[in-house]
Amino acid sequence: MQKIGVFVCWCGSNIAGTVDVAAVVEAVKKIPDVAYAVDYKYMCSEEGQKLIKDAVVEYGLDRLVVCSCSPRMHEATFRKCAESIGINPYMVEIANIREQCSWVLKDVAVATEKAIQLAKAAIAKVRFNDPLHPGQSQVVKRALVIGGGIAGIQTALDIADAGYKVDILEKEPTIGGKMAQIDKTFPTLDCSACILTPKMVDAACHENITIHTYSELEAVSGYVGNFDVTIRKKARSVKAEICSGCGICTEKCPARKTPSEFDEGLRNRGAIYIPFAQAIPKVPVIDREACLKFKTGKCGVCSIVCPNKAIDYTQEDELITEKYGAIVLATGFELIDLDKYGELGYGRSKNVITSMQLERLTNAAGPTEGHLVCPATGKEPKSVVIVSCVGSRDTTERGKTYCSKVCCMYNAKHAMYIREKYPNVDVTVFYIDVRTPGKGFDEFQRRAVEEYGVHYVRGQVGKVLSDKDGNLTVFASDLNSGKHLMLNPDLVVLACAVKPAKDARKLASMLTASIDTNDFYVEAHPKLRPVESPTAGIFLSGMCQGPKDIPETVSQAGAAAAKVIGLLAKDKLMTNPCTAKCNEKICSGCLTCTKVCPYGAISGVEKEVITLNGTREKRVVAVVNEALCQGCGACTVACPSASMDLQGFTNKQILAEVDALC
Amino acid sequence: MVITEKEKAEMLSQLAATNVSHCIQCGRCSANCPVAWKMDVLPHRMVYALLNGEADTLLEANSPWKCLSCFACAQRCPKGVSPAAIMEAVRLTAIRSQGGNKLNPNELENYNDKLPQQALVAAFRKYNK
Ligand SMILES: Cc1cc2nc3c(=O)[nH]c(=O)nc-3n(C[C@H](O)[C@H](O)[C@H](O)COP(=O)(O)OP(=O)(O)OC[C@H]3O[C@@H](n4cnc5c(N)ncnc54)[C@H](O)[C@@H]3O)c2cc1C
Ligand code: SF4
Ligand code: SF4
Ligand code: SF4
Ligand code: SF4
Repeated sequence: MQKIGVFVCWCGSNIAGTVDVAAVVEAVKKIPDVAYAVDYKYMCSEEGQKLIKDAVVEYGLDRLVVCSCSPRMHEATFRKCAESIGINPYMVEIANIREQCSWVLKDVAVATEKAIQLAKAAIAKVRFNDPLHPGQSQVVKRALVIGGGIAGIQTALDIADAGYKVDILEKEPTIGGKMAQIDKTFPTLDCSACILTPKMVDAACHENITIHTYSELEAVSGYVGNFDVTIRKKARSVKAEICSGCGICTEKCPARKTPSEFDEGLRNRGAIYIPFAQAIPKVPVIDREACLKFKTGKCGVCSIVCPNKAIDYTQEDELITEKYGAIVLATGFELIDLDKYGELGYGRSKNVITSMQLERLTNAAGPTEGHLVCPATGKEPKSVVIVSCVGSRDTTERGKTYCSKVCCMYNAKHAMYIREKYPNVDVTVFYIDVRTPGKGFDEFQRRAVEEYGVHYVRGQVGKVLSDKDGNLTVFASDLNSGKHLMLNPDLVVLACAVKPAKDARKLASMLTASIDTNDFYVEAHPKLRPVESPTAGIFLSGMCQGPKDIPETVSQAGAAAAKVIGLLAKDKLMTNPCTAKCNEKICSGCLTCTKVCPYGAISGVEKEVITLNGTREKRVVAVVNEALCQGCGACTVACPSASMDLQGFTNKQILAEVDALC
Repeated sequence: MVITEKEKAEMLSQLAATNVSHCIQCGRCSANCPVAWKMDVLPHRMVYALLNGEADTLLEANSPWKCLSCFACAQRCPKGVSPAAIMEAVRLTAIRSQGGNKLNPNELENYNDKLPQQALVAAFRKYNK
């Protein structure tokens, strides 16, 4: 006879406030095979666990049901508790009477009845539980970081410093990300390149780091500890091994009609280009869409001028495969398109620019060598208007619902850049509210007003008109004075919303990582597991998880690295034993299951099996690779002969639960 | 019957049918309004007044009568609020309360009892209640 113990938790008043726990205990005591039942205030506490262990000894229990919170919360706790007293951890079932009962119901009678039903179902299931034993899998001691912005660089450096190999995968021709484009960084106004480039060099020189730039993720398979990754290294058309980075080709290239991505379209670049002087690697790349040689067959100037004969028009994409134990997503952000905000004049007047364009205009290494000019006229502006929250905090289909978090601070920074260098230029910032939480942040913004004389106007810009001579008129409201304003600035700067990288959704589906409705990667727990994706072995670093500035990005990057190091430091990982298992006696070898398995865990294998009649026979049957199976259960429902079963969730167990409820 | 300001505000809310609680007082509506400079209560203030139940501010404002119903405010509001709908609600209220009952109930005894019931219904203004 089985001896089931049932333990009903109060969870303080979380459960006991709505569920009559004593009534649940009385009800389950009447069920056959329940040898013992009791309620207790906090079952997960040390006292509570002791109560379980003592009951196991005293009543000789062989399987346990804990009626408590969600199994996500404490299933592991109670399994460990069972194991410590010699019961196989998989002989424990949880009835979730908190999230699925007391938290969602108000009426005590109704909630108590539901708690009893849930307990009955768990008891019905636990009768069919079998001891299960987790397997072990190896951990590949190498990590992949996707995205080479400050987030990816910092994560890679921290992992590499701990002694593990790391590869950085970057889609652009250089690492550095957005931080490389920024002029100075708040809140200290130190030069962005001066603090970023040493890190880029450290990454490039580190013996444990390999950088793949101009590369994309081609395919991923495998699981935590054992990912198989294929990387597409796109053809640069330049032999990186022999290129000296002299840049002569980039100067002589005659095809100069492509707007420079790095300079935000404020200048053109050649078809062969190096994004910026401190690029890593400092090897040019030919943009084949723009190159005359590729488009018309004529030209070849770069190959003639190259002193090292490094140009190779026949180079092809290269596919490389590598195994990794962990993958970090650090794909960062982009700015939104402004097509839907036509009234603000972006695209119609060149003197309406984005904040990132302003960074390039004030940067000494930028297209104007740091000389602030209006792009349309080439003249210094006399007055500048900065507009906050363009496309942020916007719940209509035009914008993004969230606050982009970094713009209030960089608006103050931009206003100060301008007033510092050009004290005669008038700067007005329009804002809804100034959001500057953070160490030294509010003080920074106040300096803009108090020391630099920047006008902050509470209100928004409605529209920006441009007359035939290119003069701008800004219509705005000043909510504090109740006035309707009309201004004539020479330059308008739009602080537009950030959004995740274009490929975030595609990467999420390749890696089975979750994303939210805005395409930001979702963390496993917003408070307690902020740098892990819900998918084991995938970690998150930087803006790709949500808007954040550089200090926050760097902290998160370090946190993600610590998690990766924790994983790579393990020699073996316990695998989940709740995997699919094929009953070879009745498997007909139709292999329907192989078609539905999203992890490629099932294959058809020809082997000698014992048939139902007891005879031996050689035929094809489905075989599950336990290391690959994630226990999703798709095969168990697709199998026409019901030979596939999920251990821990067998058809018999599920039906017993259902029967107990009906 | 005396209608309280609160009740008037509720009626205006019903007529406007726009969710003023979503408004973040950014002022973009006023900044976009082509006739804001003629208004005594700017569009964003109209929204705020309705949110606070200040029906009298709304009803006494000249703004609804300056408004062109161009809907620029509603189209560019980042929160999907429609100040234009509030302007329209105020106008409707004003129009509906124009003119009184055609009959005085105290004088009904002066009419003979052949007066059709339908005439009675028609003679009293329903929509200004
Ligand atoms: C105008 C402006 C000014 C700012 N000023 C400041 C400031 O003064 N101080 C401050 O603290 N913060 C500032 N910030 C914020 C700062 O830029 C970010 O916090 C920081 O860049 C985030 O770093 P990241 O590495 O997460 O993202 P990113 O810098 O965006 O880097 C992501 C990298 O991933 C790569 N990538 C994307 N998709 C893929 C893919 N599919 N495969 C491979 N690689 C991919 C990208 O090419 C990029 O190199 C500013 C932001 C803006 C817009
Ligand atoms: S071959 Fe292409 S990249 Fe080289 S110089 Fe000519 S246009 Fe430029
Ligand atoms: S950070 Fe400031 S400017 Fe940016 S969206 Fe938030 S409130 Fe608007
Ligand atoms: S634009 Fe919309 S959110 Fe902004 S003040 Fe007007 S109604 Fe409110
Ligand atoms: S609809 Fe009326 S209030 Fe709204 S912007 Fe047009 S004129 Fe102004």
